[in-house]
Amino acid sequence: MLVIKDLHAKIDDKEILRGINLEVKPGEVHAIMGPNGSGKSTLSSVLAGNEKFEVVEGEVSFNDKDLLDLAPEDRAREGLFLSFQYPVEIPGVSMVNFMRTAVNEHRKYAEKDPYTASEFLKLMREKKKLVEIDSNLTNRSVNEGFSGGEKKKNEIFQMAMLEPKLAILDETDSGLDIDALRVVANGVNKLKSPETSTIVITHYQRLLDHIVPDFVHVLYKGRIVKSAGKELAHELEEKGYDWIKKEFED
Amino acid sequence: MNKTCRIVNLQEEYSQLYKENLSLLENGAPEKMNASRAKAFDLFVEKGIPSNKVEEYKYTNLQPFFKGSFDIALSSDAALEGAAENFNCGVPELDTHNVFLINGWFANQDDCNQLPKGVVVGSIREKAEQYPEVFEKYYNENTPNNLDAMAAMNTAFAQDGAFIYVPKGVVVEKPIQLVNIMSGDNDRLVFQRNLIVVEENAQVKVMLCDHTISPQKFVINNLTEVFVKENSVFDIYNVQNQHNLTTQVSGMYVHQKKHSNILTNNLTLHSGVTRNNIRVTMDDEHCESHVYGLYLSDKNQHVDNFTFIDHAKPNCQSFELFKGVMDDSASGAFTGRVLVRPDAQQTNAYQSNNNLLLTDNAKINSKPQLEIYADDVKCSHGATVGQLDDEAMFYLRARGINQTEGRILLMFAFAYEVIEKIRVEPLKENIRSLVEKRFRGEFDKCDSCVVCGQQGSSVSCL
Ligand SMILES: Nc1ncnc2c1ncn2[C@@H]1O[C@H](COP(=O)(O)OP(=O)(O)OP(=O)(O)O)[C@@H](O)[C@H]1O
Ligand SMILES: [Mg+2]
Repeated sequence: MLVIKDLHAKIDDKEILRGINLEVKPGEVHAIMGPNGSGKSTLSSVLAGNEKFEVVEGEVSFNDKDLLDLAPEDRAREGLFLSFQYPVEIPGVSMVNFMRTAVNEHRKYAEKDPYTASEFLKLMREKKKLVEIDSNLTNRSVNEGFSGGEKKKNEIFQMAMLEPKLAILDETDSGLDIDALRVVANGVNKLKSPETSTIVITHYQRLLDHIVPDFVHVLYKGRIVKSAGKELAHELEEKGYDWIKKEFED
Repeated sequence: MNKTCRIVNLQEEYSQLYKENLSLLENGAPEKMNASRAKAFDLFVEKGIPSNKVEEYKYTNLQPFFKGSFDIALSSDAALEGAAENFNCGVPELDTHNVFLINGWFANQDDCNQLPKGVVVGSIREKAEQYPEVFEKYYNENTPNNLDAMAAMNTAFAQDGAFIYVPKGVVVEKPIQLVNIMSGDNDRLVFQRNLIVVEENAQVKVMLCDHTISPQKFVINNLTEVFVKENSVFDIYNVQNQHNLTTQVSGMYVHQKKHSNILTNNLTLHSGVTRNNIRVTMDDEHCESHVYGLYLSDKNQHVDNFTFIDHAKPNCQSFELFKGVMDDSASGAFTGRVLVRPDAQQTNAYQSNNNLLLTDNAKINSKPQLEIYADDVKCSHGATVGQLDDEAMFYLRARGINQTEGRILLMFAFAYEVIEKIRVEPLKENIRSLVEKRFRGEFDKCDSCVVCGQQGSSVSCL
C-alpha cells in the first residue's frame, strides 16, 4: 500500500526528516511513537502533501503511484487521509458544505455521479451515528469554536465520510477523555477492513489498547530508529525515551 | 429631450450645461427642488469634480471619469426612450414591491394598492406635488451640499428619482425594491435623487438594485436622503451590479431620531468605479445604526467606501463592518470617519474593515478616522489586510478539494459575515448565491439578476 524509501524533507533549510524507510501493507496497523519534535507530524504532513515542507530526497509510492508527484487533493482522492494533530478552524465554511464538496470531489475523481442533496444528508446521518458525533457540530463552521475533543471526533467523522484506504492519525488521542477516546477508537475500528491500513501516531499506550498495532516504530530526530511488535509500546510507556535517545545520540 | 454634452475641462462645460438648460432642468420639477439648485450649483462650481487633491477623495480621482461625450436626459421621455421595452418587469424571485427607474427617471411600478394604507411610493417629482408638506419639510435638508461637491452637483442637476413615504405606525412587510436601470445608445450622464421618509414607529426595508443593460459608458451621480423618525426601523440594501464602464458616485444620507434602528448595506458585486458616500447622523438619543458593506473587485475595478457616522447625541450605538475581496489589479479604499460630539456621552461605536487581497497587484487603503470629543465612550476600530490562509487551504486540499474550489470556499467564508447581517431572509439567500457565483466566475452581468430578476444584455459583459 505505502512504501517510503529514504525520505528526506526540510523546512527553511532545516532538515527534519533524515531518511525515513517504512512499508505499510494492506490491513496493517502501524504505530509511530517518539519524543516531541522528532518529526512525526512532519512525516504525516509530507505524506499528505503540505507544500510548506520540501522533499529533498527519497521516494514514496502509494498503491503503486508516485505519491510525491500528486497534488494534495489527488492524494486524498487516491485514498490517503490525514487526521490532523491540530485541525484548522475555518469560520464561515459550513461543515455540510465542506463535506459535500469533499465527498463529491472524491466521487468525481472516481468517475461517479455526485450525491444528490438527500443522498448526501442520508450518508451524513449514517456516519454521524457511526462515530457518535454530536449532531450540532455538523451545523457549524468547520472546527470553529470546537473543543479539542470535538475537533478530533470531527476528524474521525470526516474519515468516515471519505472512506480512505490509508488513514494517518496524528495524535488523534491527545486531549481526549476516556469516553471520547473510546468513541474515536471505535470509529476507527468500525471503519477498518482487511484492505485498509492505519498509521497511528501517539505518545500513549492507551489508544493502542483499542487500536492494536501490528508494528510499533520509534521516530527520533527524523529517522525510524527502532521497529518491533506491539510490546514495544508498553516498553516505551514504562521506560520513556531516554534509553533510545542514549542509544542514538549524534 | 436628450442633450449631448462634451466635457473636456469639467467645470467649464458643466457650468454651461447647467446654465443653458436651466429651464429644462426646472421644467415640471417641484418648487423646492428648483429653489435649491442655484445655491448648490454655486457650491459645485466652486469645488468642482473632486480630484485626488481633495482629502476626502484622496484615493479616487473622479475627474477623468466625468470627462467625455455624454447624453443627458432632461425629461422623462428622453430617459425612457427606447429602453422601455428592453427591461424586464416580470415577477422577480423575491416578493417585493417593485419600482423601475431608467436612467434616473421613474418608469413604472407594481400596483400600489398592494401597499399598506397611507404608504406612498413613486416618482419624486410627481409625489412632491401630491404631498407637498412632506417634500417641503425634508427635501435637501440632510444633504451636505457645502461639504461634498458631488452632493451639490446632484442637488443642482437632479430632476427625478424615487419617493417613499411610510406614515406613522405602519409596518411595510414586503420590501420595496428600486430597480435602477442604465440604458441607452450613447454614453450617458445620469442623475437620480431619492427621498425616503419613515415616520414615527414605522418600519420599511428598501432594496436598491443598480444595473446596466447596455454596453455604453455610464457616469452616475445618485443620492438618497433618508429620514428615520422616533422608534422606527429602516433597512436599505444597495446591490451594485454594473459593468466595468460604469462610474457611480452614490450618496446615502441617513438622519435618525430617538430609538430608531437603521441598517445600510452596500453590496458592490460588480462595477467599474464606485464611490459610496455613506453618512449617518444620529441626531437624538438611543439611536442604533448598522452600516455594512461588501465589495468584490477584480480586473481594474475600483471601490471607495467613504463612511461618516455622526454621534451627535448621547447613548447611541453604531456598528460598522466593511469587507472586501480584491483580485487582479483591483484597487479600493475605505474611510471610516466616526465623530463623537462633546455631549455624546455613553456612545458605543464599533468599526472594522477587513480585506482579502488575492494578488500582489490588488491594493486597498483603509483609514479609520475617529474624532472623539466626549469622555465616557466606547469606541473600537480595526483594519486588516490579508491573504488566503495557507493552513486552511491545505486542510481543504487534504480532504480532496481542489485549489480553485478551496479558494471559493475560503473567499466565501470571508465574505459571509457581511451577508449574515442582511435582515431580509430571502434576500440573504439570494445574495449568498450571487456572491458564490461571483467567486466562481459564473456570475455574469448577462444573467438575469437573482435579486430583482433584471435581464442583463449579453453585450454588456465587458
Ligand atoms: N513550520 C515550521 N517551521 C520551522 N520548523 C518547524 C516547522 N514545523 C515543524 N518544525 C520543526 O520540525 C521538528 C519536527 O516537528 P514535528 O511537528 O514534526 O514533531 P512531532 O514529532 O510531531 O512532535 P510532537 O510530538 O510534539 O507533535 C521540530 O523541531 C519543529 O520545531
Ligand atoms: Mg506532532
